Amino acid sequence: MTQPLLTARGLVKRYGRVTALNQADFDLYPGEILAVIGDNGAGKSSLIKAISGAIRPDEGEIRLDGQVVDFRSPMEAREAGIETVYQNLALSPALSIADNMFLGREIRKPGFMGQYLKLLDRQAMERIAREKLSELGLMTIQNISQAVETLSGGQRQGVAVARAAAFGSKLVIMDEPTAALGVKESRRVLELILDVKSRGMPIVLISHNMPHVFEVADRIHVHRLGRRLCVIDPKQHTMSDAVAFMTGAKAPPPEAMAA
Amino acid sequence: MSEAAGTRPKKQDFENTLDMSDRTVAAFEGNEKNALDRLQHFLHGNPTMVPVIVLLVSVIAFGFVAGSNFFSAFNLSLIMQQVSIIGILAAAQSLVILTAGIDLSVGAIMVLMSVVTGNLAVSMGVPAPLAVGAGMAGGTLAGMMNGLLVTRFKLPPFIVTLGTWNIFFALTLWLSGAQSIRSQDIDATAPLLKFFGQSFRIGGAQFTYGSILMVLIFAVLWYMLNRTAWGRHVYAIGDDKEAAELSGIRTNRTLLSVYALAGLVCGIAAWASIGRVGSVSPQSFQEANLQSITAVVIGGISLFGGRGSIIGPLIGALIVGVFNSGLRLAGVDVLWQVFAIGWLTIIAVGIDQWIRKLSS
Repeated sequence: MTQPLLTARGLVKRYGRVTALNQADFDLYPGEILAVIGDNGAGKSSLIKAISGAIRPDEGEIRLDGQVVDFRSPMEAREAGIETVYQNLALSPALSIADNMFLGREIRKPGFMGQYLKLLDRQAMERIAREKLSELGLMTIQNISQAVETLSGGQRQGVAVARAAAFGSKLVIMDEPTAALGVKESRRVLELILDVKSRGMPIVLISHNMPHVFEVADRIHVHRLGRRLCVIDPKQHTMSDAVAFMTGAKAPPPEAMAA
Repeated sequence: MSEAAGTRPKKQDFENTLDMSDRTVAAFEGNEKNALDRLQHFLHGNPTMVPVIVLLVSVIAFGFVAGSNFFSAFNLSLIMQQVSIIGILAAAQSLVILTAGIDLSVGAIMVLMSVVTGNLAVSMGVPAPLAVGAGMAGGTLAGMMNGLLVTRFKLPPFIVTLGTWNIFFALTLWLSGAQSIRSQDIDATAPLLKFFGQSFRIGGAQFTYGSILMVLIFAVLWYMLNRTAWGRHVYAIGDDKEAAELSGIRTNRTLLSVYALAGLVCGIAAWASIGRVGSVSPQSFQEANLQSITAVVIGGISLFGGRGSIIGPLIGALIVGVFNSGLRLAGVDVLWQVFAIGWLTIIAVGIDQWIRKLSS
C-alpha cells in the first residue's frame, strides 16, 4: 500500500482522572473511506477532535503527509486542508446556502471596494456555491440564496458535505452524517459520501450504523478503551464480528491487530 | 479498495421499496395552503415588511384622525427630529440584539458621554472637536467594557449591562455634580456641540442635521451588516454561536467588536443629543434604554438573535413617533400614547413568534 496520508501515534488525552485516549494510533490512506466505530465512551470523539483540531492531545504526534502537525484550533486544521462535517452540521439556519458555505472564508470584491470597504463578492460566492452543489448533484436546491432553515434535514446535510468537499484539500471528517436522517435521506447522503470519495478525497466516517459502515467503508478502524483495537476489512468480516470486537465479546484476529 | 469507487452503492434489502415511493421529498417547494400561510412565508422571507406596513397604515390612519396638521411636511419632518436620538440608540441596540444579547446601558453611555463632552468643552475649555472625539472614544471604551465582560468573563449580557447602566449613571451624576450645562454657556464656548440641533428647510419640511445623522448611521450599519463578512458573522453568531464557532468564526472577537461599535454609536448619539436638547442634562433620557429596545422590537428584530433587518428599528422608531404625534394632535391624553406603545410592543413580539414558527 501507499504511504498513509494521515497518521497518529500514541495519542493520549486525559480529562481529570478519565483517560479518553490511551496511546491511540490512527492511519488514513489516500482515497479511502475509513470508518471509525466503537462503543460509547470508547474515545472515538476524542480521537476525531484531536485530528480536527478541536482538542490538543496531551501526548503523541499527528503527521499529515509525513509532516508533524499540531493544531491549536479547528481553524488551523482547516487551513491545513482538513474539513469536518459536525454532527450538528455547524450551519446558521437564518443565513442563505451561499452565506453558509462561505462562512468564515468569504470572498471580497477586488480593488478599493473590497480592500477598504470590505465589500463582499456575492456573485462569485453564489456562483461557486452553485458549482459545488451541482458537482455533487444537489441542485434540487434551486435557490442558492434561500435560508438553510427552509431545507430538509438531508438537504442541510448536503450543504454541510458540499462545504467540506469544496474547501477540504486533504481529507473530510464526517461525524454521524446519517444519524438524524430518515431512510431515503440517509441513502442520498451515502451516495454523496461515495461521490466525494470518487473525486479522490479520503473520508473519515464516524458512525454507529453498521449497515452504512459496511456498505461504504474500505477499512474499518475499531476503537476500544481509548485505543485502536484493530482495523478490519468489511469484505472479510461480518457486522456481528465488528460489534463483537468493539464490545470486547470476541478477540480480533492477530493479523488485524497488526494493521 | 478501489472497486467501490465511482459505482453506485449497493442498496440494503429494506431500501428496495424506495424506488416505488414518492420521490418529491428532496424537492423544495412551498406547500402553503391558504392566504395566511402564504403571508407567514412572505413575512418570514421579508421580516421588515411588518413594520413597514404598520408605519404606512398608522400614517394614513392618523392622517384621517388628526387631520391635515398631522399630514403636513412640517409635522412629518418634526417626527423625524423627535425620534432621532432614540433612533440612533436603537441602531446601537440592534447590533447587540442581533447577536442574541441585549444592551441596557445604551442610554446611560450616551448621557455619560454627553456630560464628558460638555464638561471638557464648556467647563475645562478643551477645543470642541477634541471634546466630541473624547465622547466617542469614551463611548467605544464603555461598549468594550460591556463586550469584555460578556466575552471574557462569560457573563450574561442582560446582567452585565444592567450593572454598567447603574455604574454609568452614577458616574454621570458624579461628573456633573447633578448640574446641567446651560444652553447659553454652550453657545458661548463650544457651539459645535449643538451642531446636530441646527436645521435646514426643504419646502415645508424642516430637517435637523440630527435626523440626517440618524438616517446616515442606519445606512452605514446596513452596509456593514449586509455587504461585509463581519455582518454575516454577526447574524451567524446570533443564530447559533456554537455553529458559528465551528464554522471558523472568531466569535468572541466579533462579539467584542459589536459591543464596542454599539458604544461608539452611543458616543455619537451623545453629541447629537446635546443639539437635540440644547443643553447637557444628567437627568435626561432616563427611559432611553427601554425606548430603544421598544423601537428594535417593533422594528421586527428578534430578541432571540440572528433575525431581522437593521432598517426595521428605524421604521420602529418612526412608528413610535407617529403614534405619539398622531395621538397628541388628536387631543388624546399622554397616558394613552404610552398605553398604545405598550400594546404595539407586545403585538410586535407576538408577530415575531408567529413568523419564527416556520423555522422550527
